[in-house]
Amino acid sequence: MSSLSYLVSRLLQIIPTFLLVMVVIFLLVRMLPGDPAIAMADAKATEAQLELIRQKLGLNEPLVMQFFYFVKNTLSGDMGTSILLKAPVLDVIIERIPVTAFLTLYAVCLSILIAGPLAFVAALNKNRGLDIAIRSGFQVGLSTPVFYIGLLLLTFLAASLRLFPVGGYGTTFLQHLHHLMLPALTVALYTSAIIMRNLRSAVIEVLDADYVQFARSKGLSRSVILGRHVLRNALISTVTLLGLSIGNLMSGTLVTETVFAVPGLGRLMLEAIFARDYPLIQGLTLTFAVMVSLVFLFTDMVQAWLDPRLRLS
Amino acid sequence: MTNQNESLLQVRDLTTTFHSKGRALRAVDGISFDVRAGEVLGLVGESGSGKSISLRSIIGLARDYGTVEGNVYWKGEDLLTRTDKQLQCVRGSQISMIFQEPMTSLNPLLTVGLQIEENLKAHTDLDRRARKARAIELLDTVGIPSASSRLKDFPHQFSGGMRQRVMIAIALASNPELLLADEPTTALDVTIQDQILQLLLSLAKNLNIAIVLVTHDLGVVAQTCDRVAVMYAGRLVETGSVRDVLKRPQHPYTLGLLKSVPENIPPRTPLYSVPGTPPALDALPKGCAFAPRCYKAEDVCLGSKPLLSQLGDGISSACHFTADIREEVLA
Repeated sequence: MSSLSYLVSRLLQIIPTFLLVMVVIFLLVRMLPGDPAIAMADAKATEAQLELIRQKLGLNEPLVMQFFYFVKNTLSGDMGTSILLKAPVLDVIIERIPVTAFLTLYAVCLSILIAGPLAFVAALNKNRGLDIAIRSGFQVGLSTPVFYIGLLLLTFLAASLRLFPVGGYGTTFLQHLHHLMLPALTVALYTSAIIMRNLRSAVIEVLDADYVQFARSKGLSRSVILGRHVLRNALISTVTLLGLSIGNLMSGTLVTETVFAVPGLGRLMLEAIFARDYPLIQGLTLTFAVMVSLVFLFTDMVQAWLDPRLRLS
Repeated sequence: MTNQNESLLQVRDLTTTFHSKGRALRAVDGISFDVRAGEVLGLVGESGSGKSISLRSIIGLARDYGTVEGNVYWKGEDLLTRTDKQLQCVRGSQISMIFQEPMTSLNPLLTVGLQIEENLKAHTDLDRRARKARAIELLDTVGIPSASSRLKDFPHQFSGGMRQRVMIAIALASNPELLLADEPTTALDVTIQDQILQLLLSLAKNLNIAIVLVTHDLGVVAQTCDRVAVMYAGRLVETGSVRDVLKRPQHPYTLGLLKSVPENIPPRTPLYSVPGTPPALDALPKGCAFAPRCYKAEDVCLGSKPLLSQLGDGISSACHFTADIREEVLA
């Protein structure tokens, strides 16, 4: 099987996931007591407006047809109107996607930058002072709730030292980097603890592998052995874990974006839930599902790129 | 500088100690042997007798796990005093090693071509194109069909025997003078085993490479080696030319190993095996390590370790009762 057909088959696997998420979202509103049209509309909606919604959702027709309308509307970009923001759900979401995507990517990069080198240092000094110090440091990071770390960073780095802004997003790329530093770091400290532990044990395991011993017996330099033979093999399991943590990280934005007043999807979701803005909740759930699927797809691509056994078998 | 009779490699009192939970475990206990240019030396013993560790100690691969003491003279220079970085130019170029498990000893993520060429890159001045040509030539030499089209293949696209051939190609890439072969055929099918052994032997002969062949199979030794060193619990118990040792073993352990090779026996006869099991490293007896399993053992064996001493016929043996056994064998 070639790399291309692997990509295609992996893309096709997203379709059932997508459909399943659609079913859940669809049932969510139908399972509420009373008329779904009322849930999907403003509290002050007139009977005429409600009738319009009923027709659009196909509420007078069988459930299967209703689902069909739902999929059709969604695919054509019509996810209804947000009750809270009084604007089309799609527009609201598209406006906020870059913020959350930026934050997530930023956090991932920080996690890798923190966890990667430290994992190697810890693995190469296995069970010595440096290793124990690094591991205990991350243990603290892991056992502290994310919002608490966020508050600590806010208090010291933003409020007292005034190194970073307390919230917001900024307008230019550099401003984004500056504004999102603290929320990204907050999430990264947690994620990097998970990645560090995994990468460290993977490196230790790979260092003992026959092929690394064989590489050493070939007289290769230490940097070639570590960079070419150890790192790539150790990354395989860590990449999977990183993909899973990004999935986690996205739902984590609900908390971080709220603590740091970042105008992203996470905070929007929280607001939508409090306001019972069902059209927006539906749209956001779907958006998160698609984004997480894309991250998993990307992780699988990286895996296949790293490991020829996946690509060529 | 080295003439025909002089040793290429002289191992003296090689001792490798592992430290585990505050205890020192001696995996290799003061072994000494020589390897002459172009000869094949068999290092025989049961699993856990310290054969593989000895090989790894020679080229500094055991350092990370334990303490290596003694001397390993390579062309007159002691390898054990060299740093890891200084050893890099010896490893893979003058002394190469091949491993027991062809399935796990090649990096699964890198093409076979790259794994050959990185050896050439480390030890030769060949440019990219010349390295590729040499890699094809090497694969061809070790008998891999349509070598040029297989450089881009990954290890998992080769069978076990073919992978072992690739490993041999990598080991031979920079024209070594000594090849350390750690049970190179143990993990292979019997039919393939023979092919690989023949390949190793013919290459060694054509390229004048000396081999230290670690094995637990005396049949392999008889078939391939010039001299043999028998190892038990980290010590050498008998050394000599293959012909002499196999014909007139002077150590009860060698005798036991020879008896366990089935030869001219009717079907369904239970195979002979040396009674008991080798001692664990953390429970080595004070005297001769083989005494608990030995049919000749007496009080003296439990009290003191016999030293390897030279006997007639060019055989050295470490046993308190060498003279008795000699009479038994000759009788």
